[in-house]
Amino acid sequence: MAEILKLAGIDKSYGTGESRTQVLFGVDLAFEEGGFNSIIGASGSGKTTLLNIIGTLDRPDRGEVWIAGTRADNLSRNQLAGLRCSTLGFIFQFHYLLPDFSAFENVMMPHLISGKGADDGARRRARELLELVGIGSQADKLVTRMSGGQQQRAAIARALMNKPRLILADEPTGNLDSDTSDTIYKLFRRINEETKTTFIIITHDRRIAERTDRIIEISDGRIRMDIKR
Amino acid sequence: MLMVAFKIARRFLSANKGQTALIVTGIAVGVAVQVFVGVLITSLQGTLIDRTIGSSSQVTVVPAGDGTAISDWQGIVDAAGKNADIKAVAPAADCSAFLIKSNRTVPILLRGFNLDDANKIYGIYGHIYKGRRPAAPDEVLTGRELNKELGIAAGDKIELFTSNGSRFNMTVVGLYDLKVASLNKQWVLTTLGTSQNVSGLGGNITSVEMQVKDIFKADAVASDLSRALGRSDVKVLNWKDQNAELLSGLQGQSVSSYMIQVFVLASVIIAIASVLAIKVLQKSREIGILKAMGIKDRSAGQIFVYQGLMLGAGGALLGILLAVFLLAGFAMGARNPDGSSLIDIRFDYIFITGSGLVATISAALASAIPARTTTRMSPIEVIRNG
Repeated sequence: MAEILKLAGIDKSYGTGESRTQVLFGVDLAFEEGGFNSIIGASGSGKTTLLNIIGTLDRPDRGEVWIAGTRADNLSRNQLAGLRCSTLGFIFQFHYLLPDFSAFENVMMPHLISGKGADDGARRRARELLELVGIGSQADKLVTRMSGGQQQRAAIARALMNKPRLILADEPTGNLDSDTSDTIYKLFRRINEETKTTFIIITHDRRIAERTDRIIEISDGRIRMDIKR
Repeated sequence: MLMVAFKIARRFLSANKGQTALIVTGIAVGVAVQVFVGVLITSLQGTLIDRTIGSSSQVTVVPAGDGTAISDWQGIVDAAGKNADIKAVAPAADCSAFLIKSNRTVPILLRGFNLDDANKIYGIYGHIYKGRRPAAPDEVLTGRELNKELGIAAGDKIELFTSNGSRFNMTVVGLYDLKVASLNKQWVLTTLGTSQNVSGLGGNITSVEMQVKDIFKADAVASDLSRALGRSDVKVLNWKDQNAELLSGLQGQSVSSYMIQVFVLASVIIAIASVLAIKVLQKSREIGILKAMGIKDRSAGQIFVYQGLMLGAGGALLGILLAVFLLAGFAMGARNPDGSSLIDIRFDYIFITGSGLVATISAALASAIPARTTTRMSPIEVIRNG
């Protein structure tokens, strides 16, 4: 399988002078296309920083980030925005949906941002994705009127809208009960198998991590363990 | 991308209806004040000009130097007739005299015109409140104040006594009211022939009075006419030179009106800029999310420009409606004791539309400042701070 993502010698620090704290130390990682991966680590281990760098939301101080064959760490802000829109899908712990919009409108948003009009094909796909995540009947509800589980499902549907090659999920079930977490995990798995979309899931839930194909453990900004099954 | 920015802007506004309504009302009040003041001052000036300069001679040809009469005046009338900026021409023969009625003697100015011509300047026919127009050589019109003072009624006989000692018997065939007390008291109107006969001018006249199409160009029209005439025995006067104080009063009024409008507009712009700056902060989380999804900096900024544009356009439209409503109320409420309107409100549609457009464009420009703030926003801040 081809590599969808490669990190080489990533360093990242925050703060300046005496308060400067290095969060990542020379991280090297590569992910194959279609993989179902998890990154685990304690709070403050640097896993979210790593995910933000992978997602081009943050820049490394040193090292290279390659996404789908494009070197991302030296692209301009607008080029990065374009890359995120076309290649990456984000799922966050706090879903980060737009509160003034319905679930359907939130799912349509990445398509509209990509500069394509709201054509029938896109509308149909958005409805299908909402069906896929199990909230088809709630499509036209304002997201603020949905439950936490429903909101997270809407966020997953949104992440899938532009058919991204890589989905980055940061504690996607961190805010959900165990039944809903299980359903979300199964949903990820199904999407991974059906669409061959690569998943990188950050979690501190070992039960979720153990069900992925590869577990990477990060501790104090370094990769401590990398198990493939 | 334009569409998505517009859609998001529209939703940001419609999702906070109370806040949006408040901002639109704020802009509307500003625009309403601007339009109301602008229209009121313009109307006030228009009314003032109409009631002073509007019903009088704006360009006048009089004898130059010590001359008292103009001969060969038909050439002047012809030259004025050829000037496209002049809309009415009336040769006049004036003569000071004393009016004698019932043993009382009052100084008057006998003014002789071709009455049809003079009507175009003074609207004489419309101001005759009793009787008819003079037709025969010994017929005159007298004004309301003079009539009251001397108890003149239509059909009365009067006597005119000129400075060279001649006496003429006249019949008052009509009574006029030009709405200016001093004129009503002084002027006795008659035909050109009668006045020429009484004053001993023969075929000569004392002035040629004119009205121009654009009264603020009266000075330019006067110098054009002077050049066209090329005569040294006459000089061409214009109302602007003769009424410098009125003119400076009108200009002062215009300047203060502009100042008020500029300050109101400035406060509208500052209000929009500050409201949108707060909106950017309120929506920083959403902007961060949109940026994480890949919206470009430019489009993120456009969301706020569109909001400014919509708030500005909505406020301008509502403000214009409010101003029209206020002006209509003013026109109905502010009246003279006789029921005529105090000020003739003139709805200058170009000014009103222009004010609306300026407010809208200013709102869009004011939103450029908060729009720039969004470009500095980073999605990571939102992600990190929740």
